[in-house]
Amino acid sequence: MSRLLGHRLFWPSAVLAALLLVNVVFTNGFLNVQMKDGHLYGSLIDIVRFGAPLILVALGMTLVIATGGIDLSVGSVVAIAGALACLRISLLGDQNSVGGVLGAIGLALALSLVLGLWNGVLVTAAGIQPIIATLILMVAGRGLAQLITDGQIITINSSPYKLIGGGYWLTLPFGIIIVAAVLALAAFLTRRLALGLLIESVGGNAKASRLAGISARGVLLTVYAFCGLCAGIAGLMISSNVSSADGNNAGLWIELDAILAVVIGGTSLAGGRFSLGGTVLGALVIQTLTTTIYSIGVPPETTLLFKALVVTIVCLLQSPAFRAKVLHGRRRRPSASARPVPEEKKASVSA
Amino acid sequence: MLRKLSSLILVGVAGLAMSGCSGGGGTDGAATGSSAGAGGGNDKIVMGFAQVGAESGWRTANTKSIQESAAQAGIELKFSDAQQKQENQIKAIRSYIQQKVDIIAFSPVVESGWDTVLKEAQRAKIPVILTDRAVDSPDKSLYKTFLGSDFVEEGRKAGQWLVDEYKDSKDPVNIVELQGTTGSAPANDRKAGFQEVIGADPKFKIAASQTGDFTRAKGKEVMEAFLKSTPKIDVLFAHNDDMGLGAIEAIEGAGKVPGKDIKIVTIDAVKDGMQALADGKINYIVECSPLLGPQLMDLSKKVLAGEQVEPRVVTEETTFTQEQAKQALPERKY
Repeated sequence: MSRLLGHRLFWPSAVLAALLLVNVVFTNGFLNVQMKDGHLYGSLIDIVRFGAPLILVALGMTLVIATGGIDLSVGSVVAIAGALACLRISLLGDQNSVGGVLGAIGLALALSLVLGLWNGVLVTAAGIQPIIATLILMVAGRGLAQLITDGQIITINSSPYKLIGGGYWLTLPFGIIIVAAVLALAAFLTRRLALGLLIESVGGNAKASRLAGISARGVLLTVYAFCGLCAGIAGLMISSNVSSADGNNAGLWIELDAILAVVIGGTSLAGGRFSLGGTVLGALVIQTLTTTIYSIGVPPETTLLFKALVVTIVCLLQSPAFRAKVLHGRRRRPSASARPVPEEKKASVSA
Repeated sequence: MLRKLSSLILVGVAGLAMSGCSGGGGTDGAATGSSAGAGGGNDKIVMGFAQVGAESGWRTANTKSIQESAAQAGIELKFSDAQQKQENQIKAIRSYIQQKVDIIAFSPVVESGWDTVLKEAQRAKIPVILTDRAVDSPDKSLYKTFLGSDFVEEGRKAGQWLVDEYKDSKDPVNIVELQGTTGSAPANDRKAGFQEVIGADPKFKIAASQTGDFTRAKGKEVMEAFLKSTPKIDVLFAHNDDMGLGAIEAIEGAGKVPGKDIKIVTIDAVKDGMQALADGKINYIVECSPLLGPQLMDLSKKVLAGEQVEPRVVTEETTFTQEQAKQALPERKY
């Protein structure tokens, strides 16, 4: 039991379960999943479907944060990818031609990859702090997206493109399948190959890992490029879901939600350790929270406060120090094996 | 002592320079004023217009309308685009003051922080007209008039349609509402106007109301949740077309027919919205027209001719049913 409580995915899972429970109480048939027009339909499906872009962005963010960095530009990359793809498709003679749509998608993803690499180069070659390096693209990228769309909303009518974010395959929303594929790829690269270890070592202590013969530069470039690519795919999904590209609003503030998802999932912002599963859970918690707000009818004026309260509770539950003090009372104060760790960490950060 | 003296001298010099400046400005202002007053004569009116930026199709149509009607009215237009930044807009207005234009018009990016620059224009005796958006300054003498839509009236018109549509029915009508960005003037006012009209009859019930941030993506997401949490939805009221368009996708995804199973009323009448209206997916659109150019030019001429104008002028706007949309669609500009 205590091992279960101590597992780092326990508390995010518990919160997710609690949120779902709230919905079950307030909304009739919340857990119902039925077949409609040959695909699955229900609130649970919605949560995963609308959460898919956030999960993707957060996955990329997890690896960046694991190296001790951060990527603030993902929201802009989301907007750019969607804008570029929709622009290319709107110029096609036949918007339903699969070849043309694939070309547009390829171009948008290639640009996202380049933008991710750009961040990586600024961080590694120019030695700029990640928060500043990616802030550049966060601000300028929004402008780039507006430039591509000419400040307008580009509406398209393309059924192959619609599939990415709004379509279904084998009764499942296509977005979920993409997320599963990217998650599997990331898990394979980081947990079956050495990449995960390298990321953690660079995040833990960049200097020491360089002295140990790890090319920190290559690792950093890889994670920033991956993060850009994930954001690009998410951008395609978001624009495809509504068949239009909105350079001003697409992906606005998604970087903050993604960082939150990563933190809820138990990845340390100081770098050095990460959990992909935790991040997925974290993103699902955020999306479930959003859906909960809509379906139990929290007034819009209090939405942000409500979100803040739930997130505060999650973060407090995640904190070993808080748990040791409040949940276990005085019993375990002497042993409290978890407590020295955060203090040590603090010391090393401030040093 | 020496320092005090030198600072005194400095103040004196500055004072001199300033008085010289304002004197020059005064005579100049009077000169342009009289030439405009001689009015309708050979001198062309020069208008400086500071636009918000190109944020949407609505705004682009707004810009075009102003440019075209200025050309038609024989007014020379100096146009600047602030790219959604207040500081750019203030810079543009200051440069218009320096260029001694006859009249300044602008759509304020935000509501507050305009007093200083508007006072500068007042001192230079250049009249100012606000278009489309208001400023929150308590000093109403800083601008001649505010030309723009009445958001409360738009909400009322939407509500009125609903009342007419269901006047023969006694059954309760379940309404869901997609609000604009929380706290924004159009969202607050449209909600209030709508509520005011439908509130008179208890059969109208707002079953759920959430913000969709004026975007399609949010409109779709919120509508998906409404469709599951609210078993019976008769009517959707969306504060703009874009949220309505997003919601239509959600409704179709739920296997229902937008416009029939769920009636939809929206505000704006942008081209995509009008297309959906003509296709029968939306039932009624209240126009929020960006085409205020002709009215702006009329007002400017009146102001410069020294006529009194109303401090608040509402844009000429209409409403569209599905049939009207089919007719209006081919020549829709935005």
